[in-house]
Amino acid sequence: MSLLQVDHLSKRFGGVVAVDDCSLSIPAGGITGLIGPNGSGKTTIFNLITGFIAKDEGRITFKSHTIDGLGPDRVYERGIGRTFQLARIFPRLTALENLLVPIRRRGLRALFARAGWSDERTKAMEMLEFLEIGHVAGVLGGSLSYGQRKLLELGAVMMAEPELVLLDEPAGGVNPALLERIADRLRTLNSRGTTFLIVEHNMSFVMNLCSEVIVVQRGRQIASGKPEVVRSDPAVLDAYLGA
Amino acid sequence: MTLILEAAVLGVLTGGVYALMASGLTLIFGVMRIINVGHGALVILGAYLSFVLWRNMGVDPFVSLIVTMPVMFILGVILQIVFVRPLKTDREALSVLVTYALALGIEGLLGYFFTSNYVQITAWYDTASFPVGDFHITYVYVYGFLLCLAILGAIFLMLYRTTFGAAIRATMLNRTAAQLVGIDVDRVSAVTFGIGMATAAAGGVVFGITNAFNPGSHYDLISRLLTIIVLGGLGSLRGAVIAALVMLVIQDITAVVISPVWAAFVFFVVLVAVLLFRPQGLFGITVRDRV
Amino acid sequence: MKRATNTRVLTAGGLVLLVGLALALPAIAPDSATTNIAVFTMMYVGLATAWNIMGGYTGYISLGHAGFFGFGSYALGLLLARLAIAGGYTVFLFVPVAGLLTALLAAAVGWFALRTRAATFVIVTIAFMFMLQLLAENLTSLTGGGAGLGFPNPRWRGDFYNIPFYYAMLALALLALVVSWSIRRSKFGLGLLAIRDDEDKALAVGVPAGAFKLTAFIVSAALVGMIGGVYGYYVTYIYPQFVVDPLIGISMVLMVFLGGLGTVWGPVLGALILEPAQLWLAYNYGASRLYLVLYSAVFLLVILLMPQGILPSLGELIARRRARLAGTVGAAP
Repeated sequence: MSLLQVDHLSKRFGGVVAVDDCSLSIPAGGITGLIGPNGSGKTTIFNLITGFIAKDEGRITFKSHTIDGLGPDRVYERGIGRTFQLARIFPRLTALENLLVPIRRRGLRALFARAGWSDERTKAMEMLEFLEIGHVAGVLGGSLSYGQRKLLELGAVMMAEPELVLLDEPAGGVNPALLERIADRLRTLNSRGTTFLIVEHNMSFVMNLCSEVIVVQRGRQIASGKPEVVRSDPAVLDAYLGA
Repeated sequence: MTLILEAAVLGVLTGGVYALMASGLTLIFGVMRIINVGHGALVILGAYLSFVLWRNMGVDPFVSLIVTMPVMFILGVILQIVFVRPLKTDREALSVLVTYALALGIEGLLGYFFTSNYVQITAWYDTASFPVGDFHITYVYVYGFLLCLAILGAIFLMLYRTTFGAAIRATMLNRTAAQLVGIDVDRVSAVTFGIGMATAAAGGVVFGITNAFNPGSHYDLISRLLTIIVLGGLGSLRGAVIAALVMLVIQDITAVVISPVWAAFVFFVVLVAVLLFRPQGLFGITVRDRV
Repeated sequence: MKRATNTRVLTAGGLVLLVGLALALPAIAPDSATTNIAVFTMMYVGLATAWNIMGGYTGYISLGHAGFFGFGSYALGLLLARLAIAGGYTVFLFVPVAGLLTALLAAAVGWFALRTRAATFVIVTIAFMFMLQLLAENLTSLTGGGAGLGFPNPRWRGDFYNIPFYYAMLALALLALVVSWSIRRSKFGLGLLAIRDDEDKALAVGVPAGAFKLTAFIVSAALVGMIGGVYGYYVTYIYPQFVVDPLIGISMVLMVFLGGLGTVWGPVLGALILEPAQLWLAYNYGASRLYLVLYSAVFLLVILLMPQGILPSLGELIARRRARLAGTVGAAP
């Protein structure tokens, strides 16, 4: 039983076919990599799954329910979070406040409760400590360094405990030391039950972290399987190196 | 039926003026991402400038443009540099306030010098008309329309045939990218504002001939202009022109078919109707910097 | 930790003092000139605070709030006329009804206006205001058109006249403040601020942006409508262009920007500074057209010199001083 099922997904932008009859299956519990040459449609797939753009054809199923047509906030409510290629946080809120924004439970009590507020703040502080940025809790998001923002973004997504998290190039613009820390945190979060789908270009990051890898090219899947297997698949090599 | 036809023709002719004024406004939005709520006041200023030249020196209003357009252009550049450029953060919101303040200041100054009495520019040929079918069209409306066509044509030519026009379009599409390829966006912005002012001067002349106006007339004007550019799609020149023509025709026909009182209202009704189905306007691109 | 409790006590004390002062004002300065200024100042404290709930927290600038102000005025006036309510204190009981009606209008306008993004939203609110003004002027059988609409005359007069109105405005201002403050501290409020910073990112973390924006808009409009109602009662006769007045709409915005957009107390500060100044200007220069020029000059100065607003600028200054004193910024000589 796959956690996320994408069936025959298609998306066109004017004359450009970004996603072409793409089908994927993400099992629960693992860390899956989504790789492919530039322009293969990976970020578009993310946008389609998380409701930022509307599909042309196909179906997206999460936990056995169809989620196509839902807006991004409803998708998060169902349990899918995402990060962005260029880390996005709320610049005029403090790091701590950034972590207090995410909402999964609606309703007046959830929004105005005083009792739950201090629990949430404690949880937020713990998350900041876990990501080793507890010391900047009171600093405005806009004043943080890029690496700190990346960590903060990850923390914010995780706050409402989504079952599936889509990471868009988590290694982008990050130095090797921080990269190792991020990989380590992801492994810990995964062991606690969160499934990850990671779009990434940094091959060693993908190979070390992911239990399974899916390769897309020109908007459709061309290979999938264990990292070592995929790495030597001729179709994949062709996609990356071929004309 | 003739009344409706006449109203339609009149709508097209006056639509030309509004198209000219709206084009300046939408260009300014496109390049600087600011809503110049003072545009109406600047049109009235142009009208008064021509009025003064006509009343005190007997200069034909259309000829006065030779003076007023350059003067307003320079004024526009100065205003942009002094009042708009310093706004760094919260640009859109603050620019609305700044341009509104400018509008009030202009209204105040004009009121001080001219009082709130209604005036109108008249040309010696302004009551002359020629017959078309069952009704007459006054020459003045036609001249005004031709002038607007000419200036709009010049703007389109400039935008699509000159390098500076390309720079303007680039800045409209993506300010940062334009900077990266070496375009001086500050200069483009200042000049665009100047162009907007020059079109306001021209629009002011035609408006001033065909309407009685006073310093407070800018409210009515700006509410229509803003509606037009939203309808056409913010930043779309084509959209502004088409929306202006369509709106003025609908308004003038409504004035004849229902009543002049509700003609003004119909403006906004159309806005509501269009935005219900196309929040981005007729030709607007959904400029939502999403992912 | 002791420092935090001390600041807490100081702030609480300061608040009590302020409210006490406000309550006692008519006793301190009972002359009608002062109380008149007090009525209008308190009115703008409420208006600015209410406007800030939408414009300051969500970043969606509404330039059409004068429409809600006027609508609240007309709503209360028409309600009183239909129900044949005589002048007196009971009139104030109907103010919340005007607020409710304004809320309904805001729900409709907001649903429509919030489908668009920031720039178009501003223009749609302006269009809404002009539409309302046109309706007020032309639905003569309902609103009296240009001839205006009358309110019942209150039973009290003379030097005492302004006082009940002052307390009514004070009550609404306090209501607006309490609402604004509780929103600011809640998860709902954080969601609004997140929308202001990056609406799409807010959506991505589950903030129901559409519902949140609409709620803020309705709350903001309802408060403004109620204040408009009391205003109508105060001036006893309202006309379309004086009650659906763009200058009222822009003044409340300017006050918020002066004091500090998005802060709880910024609007209050802005109103306390600008309204007396505005009244002074109107009194001394109102006859001549120079009023507008001077007003415009003040306006421009505020925006160009202090775009952040007073409170945030002060806050930054204090933060920098504190950082310097703690030795974390700059090298000691």
